[in-house]
Amino acid sequence: MRAFATLYSRLDSTTKTNRKLGALRDYFSTAAPADAAWAVHFLVGRTLKRLINSRELQTWGAAAAGIPDWLFLECYSAVGDMAETLALLLPPPAESTPLPLHYWVEAVLARLGSLAEDEKRAALVNAWQSMDREQRLVWNKLITGGFRVGVSHKLVVRALAEAGGLPAATVAHRLMGDWTPSAEFFQQLLAKEGGTAEVSRPYPFFLAYPLEDPPESLGSITDWQCEWKWDGIRAQLLRRQGKTYLWSRGEELVTERFPEISEEAERLPEGTALDGEILAWKDGAVLPFALLQQRIGRKKLGPKILDDVPVALLTFDILEKEGQDVRAMPLSERRKYLAEILERLFLPRHILLSPMVEAASWEALAAAREGSRTRNVEGVMLKRLDSPYGVGRQRGPWWKWKINPHTVDAVLIYAQLGHGRRASLHTDYTFGVWHDGELVPFAKAYSGLTDEEIREVDRFVRNHTLERFGPVRRVEPTLVFEIAFEGIQKSTRHKSGIAVRFPRMARWRHDKKAEEADTLERLKGMIQETH
Amino acid sequence: MSAPLLTLTDAGLYCPDGDFFIDPWQPVSRAVITHAHADHARPGSASYLSAQDGVSVLRHRLGPYAQIDALPYGDTQQIIGVRLSLHPAGHILGSAQVRVERGGEVWVVSGDYKTAPDPTCRPFEPIRCHTFVTESTFGLPIYRWPAEQEIFEQIHAFWRENQEVGLATVIFAYSLGKAQRILAGLDTSIGPIYCHGAVDSMNQRYRETGISLPPTTLVTEETHKDAFCRALILAPPSAQRSPWTRRLGDYAGGFVSGWMLIRGARRRRVVERGFVLSDHADWPGLLSSIEATGAQRVLVTHGHIVPMVQWLREKGLEAHGLQTRFEGELDEVSEESESKTNV
Ligand SMILES: [Zn+2]
Ligand SMILES: [Zn+2]
Repeated sequence: MRAFATLYSRLDSTTKTNRKLGALRDYFSTAAPADAAWAVHFLVGRTLKRLINSRELQTWGAAAAGIPDWLFLECYSAVGDMAETLALLLPPPAESTPLPLHYWVEAVLARLGSLAEDEKRAALVNAWQSMDREQRLVWNKLITGGFRVGVSHKLVVRALAEAGGLPAATVAHRLMGDWTPSAEFFQQLLAKEGGTAEVSRPYPFFLAYPLEDPPESLGSITDWQCEWKWDGIRAQLLRRQGKTYLWSRGEELVTERFPEISEEAERLPEGTALDGEILAWKDGAVLPFALLQQRIGRKKLGPKILDDVPVALLTFDILEKEGQDVRAMPLSERRKYLAEILERLFLPRHILLSPMVEAASWEALAAAREGSRTRNVEGVMLKRLDSPYGVGRQRGPWWKWKINPHTVDAVLIYAQLGHGRRASLHTDYTFGVWHDGELVPFAKAYSGLTDEEIREVDRFVRNHTLERFGPVRRVEPTLVFEIAFEGIQKSTRHKSGIAVRFPRMARWRHDKKAEEADTLERLKGMIQETH
Repeated sequence: MSAPLLTLTDAGLYCPDGDFFIDPWQPVSRAVITHAHADHARPGSASYLSAQDGVSVLRHRLGPYAQIDALPYGDTQQIIGVRLSLHPAGHILGSAQVRVERGGEVWVVSGDYKTAPDPTCRPFEPIRCHTFVTESTFGLPIYRWPAEQEIFEQIHAFWRENQEVGLATVIFAYSLGKAQRILAGLDTSIGPIYCHGAVDSMNQRYRETGISLPPTTLVTEETHKDAFCRALILAPPSAQRSPWTRRLGDYAGGFVSGWMLIRGARRRRVVERGFVLSDHADWPGLLSSIEATGAQRVLVTHGHIVPMVQWLREKGLEAHGLQTRFEGELDEVSEESESKTNV
């Protein structure tokens, strides 16, 4: 636990990537494999099931700190992070635990869930008493599941690769899919020889950067393959050793969530890996993302929802053919393989070939892209015909060229403290538009402002609060912001009657008064434009 | 009981029987100043009274024409119907608590104060009183300061680490008070120390008042970048986002403030490192100081007023909030606006 706590504070006390990389590399080269495996688990953002609810933590934390509950909550609202609040409030430590990370995780943390309430509390208080300040913070982060320390997946992979003397792509691949943190796992992760590649393991996804320059900057359109940019769930479909695995980009195994796709996948040849997008798909057209989301939200998939919201995997790439990794082949070749395989499926209904957007010139493509909204797509993808299938996000071979978002001017009406690095600033905002002389809330947004602007809004919020409800403040409705969003549709769950997708602050309209903000009617008009 | 000794007016905290204000935020005829920070010492009043040690730094803020009278710590002055004296608050050079007495009833206004040691100013002295007006900038139990020595070790380690990779070390800290406290604690054998103009002019005032500080060099446009790669440079927070930093070449920045105890606040500063060193009392410091005054009534200003008042009430004291315009919660902001006026 000592080494891991030190790693955490080294990572937390620097903003320089090289220093973070150095800290990670040092840790992975020296830590015991059983501990390092858990460190990888947490650093790449995997969590354990939440074992203690926040009410229990608050009560026990306040008691351990010797303060009343109300004061604990005041502190929490000032800090914005439960793990940190606890670490700051507990009485000064007397000990520092010599026991390793894997002991604390496997013998204590993982068992908390099965304990009765008073045993759970005793275990927790005992853990706090055994640990020093640094260890407590990390421990609290582990029990609250909010382990974020500004380290990207890519950086962890790089550090592991450097520690093991391996190519980063090898480590990235070995980290995909389903694995259990154990000494054996970590040893295999850094093993020089291939080891036993697990059957279910997907390939790392290749991602595109947004295109900012005009497409003409990419040279001749004849070097490019153009596809629709779907708005669904990016997924990889594997057919290996007679089994099917469907992985989402969030590295979640979703095979069971989409039975239509997995059934049809049984007809795929052995040793196949396809990359595509899961979409709500009916009568040859894509349905709005919100419907897919509704379906994902269901615990049970009854016949009605399967009927109302059928899905399809629109495939656009092949990574493995007859058990061979074909990622290094040019896209044009891979596309041929993909088309062949899908042809052999014979009238597939749920595994389809994502069509190309045929355009003889960039102008023609731009025109086709203009029709994106009516097709319920986000724009177009541009992929170099000679591009291999890479790892992670790279500039150059693949670009996404999205349509411009919708925008409206809206008024800030509620503000709430942020989380993580913005925990003591009001950074989560609710915006309203006019309807019958009233401001109706229609979107929440927390991104798009500069740090400078955030501080300024925070100051405004503190000085112009009309009402407080816990961490939420109702503020004087005077600040106007341009809110951008991707999709818009009717919703019965929102007071405004509409739901928008990916809302964010495009800019602060210092030049506008609240009265000049947009109306709900204008927003409703946008729904018609879309469908 | 007759009318209260001090009342809150639009211009600030007022003593009717002595006809003076304490740290007024509007121009008045007579202002008693607890210390020279921007939110406490505002220009425009006809006359000012300050602790003797604070005159030089106050003069710097108010300009050459302000009428400033000095009173040594502990000396008593009769002002119409009340007896007034000033006592060390341990906040910055010349910071004072204001003691006001009328017919045996004693009120003390703390101004800003800290209980942690600081070689650049006289330590906080608890004064017995009936009513204590206290600040509460860090009035929550999450705020417990680490030992100074620990913080200085961190700063020194950071400095050495940066030297190894050829980076300048820039320490952003409030130019009045904090910067000098840091200076006085630095290990000068590690490397040369440079100061931004705002810090440098405050250093001069400190030295004039008889506070010894290690030797420093002013950063000027002529200073060559190579001079900085082993150096530590002290600068006000406002300099962080100004073109001034370009003079320094590649650097790693650290920010020194009590707020750095909270990770979120540290992240927001966008500096490499945060160091927890404050001019204000932490939670245990506030509580022990309040207790040491023996006051039965506590008026809370500046910061976490609501929880502090409730906590004191639960401990059996009479406590109320006092809405002043001292910018406790926004201290970083006031620090910045101050350093701007000095650049
Ligand atoms: Zn002050
Ligand atoms: Zn102040």
